[in-house]
Amino acid sequence: MSTVLEAADLTRQYEVRKGFLGKTAIVRALNGVSFSLTSGKTLAVVGESGCGKSTLARLVTMIEEPTAGTLLIDGRPAEASDRALRQMVQIVFQNPYGSLNPRQKIGAILEEPLKVNTSDDAPTRRRKAQAMMERVGLRAEHYERYPHMFSGGQRQRVAIARALMLNPKILVLDEPVSALDLSIQAQVLNLLIDLQQEFGLAYLFISHDLSVVKHIADEVMVMYLGRPVEVGTAETVFGDPRHPYTQALLSATPVADPTHVRQQVKLVGELPSPLNIPSGCAFHPRCPIAVPRCAVDTPHLRPVAGRAVSCHLA
Amino acid sequence: MALLEIKNLTVSFDTVTGPFAAVDGVDLTVDGREILSIVGESGSGKSVSMLAVMGLLPPSATVTADVMRFDGNDMLSMTAKQKRTIIGRDIAMIFQEPMSSLNPCFTVGFQIGEMLRRHTDLDRKARRTRAIELLDAVGIPSPQQRLSAFPHQLSGGMSQRVMIAMATSCRPKLLIADEPTTALDVTIQAQILDLLRDLCADRDMALVLITHDMGVVAQMAHRVQVQYAGQRVEEQAVRELFSDPHHPYTSALLSALPERATGRGHLPSIAGMVPGQHGRPTGCLFEPRCQFATDICRRGAERQDAALGHALCNHPLVNGVATRMEVGA
Repeated sequence: MSTVLEAADLTRQYEVRKGFLGKTAIVRALNGVSFSLTSGKTLAVVGESGCGKSTLARLVTMIEEPTAGTLLIDGRPAEASDRALRQMVQIVFQNPYGSLNPRQKIGAILEEPLKVNTSDDAPTRRRKAQAMMERVGLRAEHYERYPHMFSGGQRQRVAIARALMLNPKILVLDEPVSALDLSIQAQVLNLLIDLQQEFGLAYLFISHDLSVVKHIADEVMVMYLGRPVEVGTAETVFGDPRHPYTQALLSATPVADPTHVRQQVKLVGELPSPLNIPSGCAFHPRCPIAVPRCAVDTPHLRPVAGRAVSCHLA
Repeated sequence: MALLEIKNLTVSFDTVTGPFAAVDGVDLTVDGREILSIVGESGSGKSVSMLAVMGLLPPSATVTADVMRFDGNDMLSMTAKQKRTIIGRDIAMIFQEPMSSLNPCFTVGFQIGEMLRRHTDLDRKARRTRAIELLDAVGIPSPQQRLSAFPHQLSGGMSQRVMIAMATSCRPKLLIADEPTTALDVTIQAQILDLLRDLCADRDMALVLITHDMGVVAQMAHRVQVQYAGQRVEEQAVRELFSDPHHPYTSALLSALPERATGRGHLPSIAGMVPGQHGRPTGCLFEPRCQFATDICRRGAERQDAALGHALCNHPLVNGVATRMEVGA
């Protein structure tokens, strides 16, 4: 078990123009996030829209550079020009209907990463692609087929196979099962668990579905408007959430048990826009237990009962 | 008497390769004030059967039914004009994507007013007052200002509230909600579900909730109908369905839920996938994926009685154990 990725104080801001010739405004998509990934372990990032989950995925995969902060992958500073490093981090997207080229056969899709990044000859590429197809539960005859001939679950298997072609150490999974039906979702989650054990992969698992996260994650980072609000092992965070936002998120998640009595932690109001993040604690306008201090004083992560929480009142 | 009663509803689409039955002999009843949930995966025909009731299907669809009765009126013998006075007023529907259900070119106030103009005889001023009341009732802050807002100025949750305000503007007896919260964040989803539940209780409205989320079903429904590949495979009251599912599909679906898993490791999954237009099994449609299937299942499936959840299965489960296995042996 070794640390394969270390991120410290990652920040990403975007400049947007308001209207034609309007003033530029700054979207603070990610605001000082630190975490590390260990091989064979899963870190889940949880949060609602606008919390910075997808920006985080773009930074980790080096699609974009952070505005501030440091990102070390395998002990080296992350740079998009470092090919070997880029091979180490791969991504699986949410929508397998959009992430596969409809004009390429499955074989070509799987061989493309090898073609671009390695000096393997055609027969070797083919052999590797077929071995990977078998590993993810696709049949040999699928090699010659096009993506439209597959169901969502099978397409997601193709996307996972493609991500694994270069033997990465880190796999970023951006909502990998939320577009799939329930019975297929279980198949894909099982596959991900197997692959992690077999290849010792570190997963950065991005999801909004807490029941899936609870099942697959070792560690959980709950985010709200670009900042982590609670970080800890899955058991501590889900078993005894300490941040009011985590509590609200858990109580809002429907439980598949009609006899379950929901704890009432109701949130009022909408998610604020990341263009205009509230002062102090970003959560204070919606927080059921906010005190005047929360509007002025920004809380930072501090250890509380075995996990880190960013709340003055925790 | 049931508010909505449908018997043997079949919807088939003309496709290049021949007709395809998206809904295959579905029975459905909804009582007044009841929340009925229709659950199923993609391709189970849950949305199509309700679109057929609303008359919203394209011309390529052929709808047939033995009975389709709403509030004592026979909807099969009705003229299109008579239907239009009921649909929208007494039966209303909301959809999954609130952002794309609203017309981007008109203000929220105009779109609610349009409903009221079509179905009531309120004058302009009364319509405006009513629209403000409606927006207020669905929990939209400062409704007066919101009347002049365009859909793009609203968030997803707010758009869904506007849709609900529009749908309930004529005090419908039945609201059909097709995956109303799938596109929304969880905290917003909880708010919208609470709103729907309160509206049903306050206004004596029945609700048909179409969803694939077992958590939403457990929290909202009184009764649940499970559909698979266009057929109704089981129907039970919600507590009984979750505690003792009778159809192997329902049972497998429930155990595939990550939250029902004990510890980490493998989830019990259902091998294979939902049959599409081609390669439909000749007997029971679930037979190729069913762990209890026997030879007779390849010839067809028998409908069980109410005590066994109307399960469309030769070997219905009781407490997780398949019964009547001797029939197949």
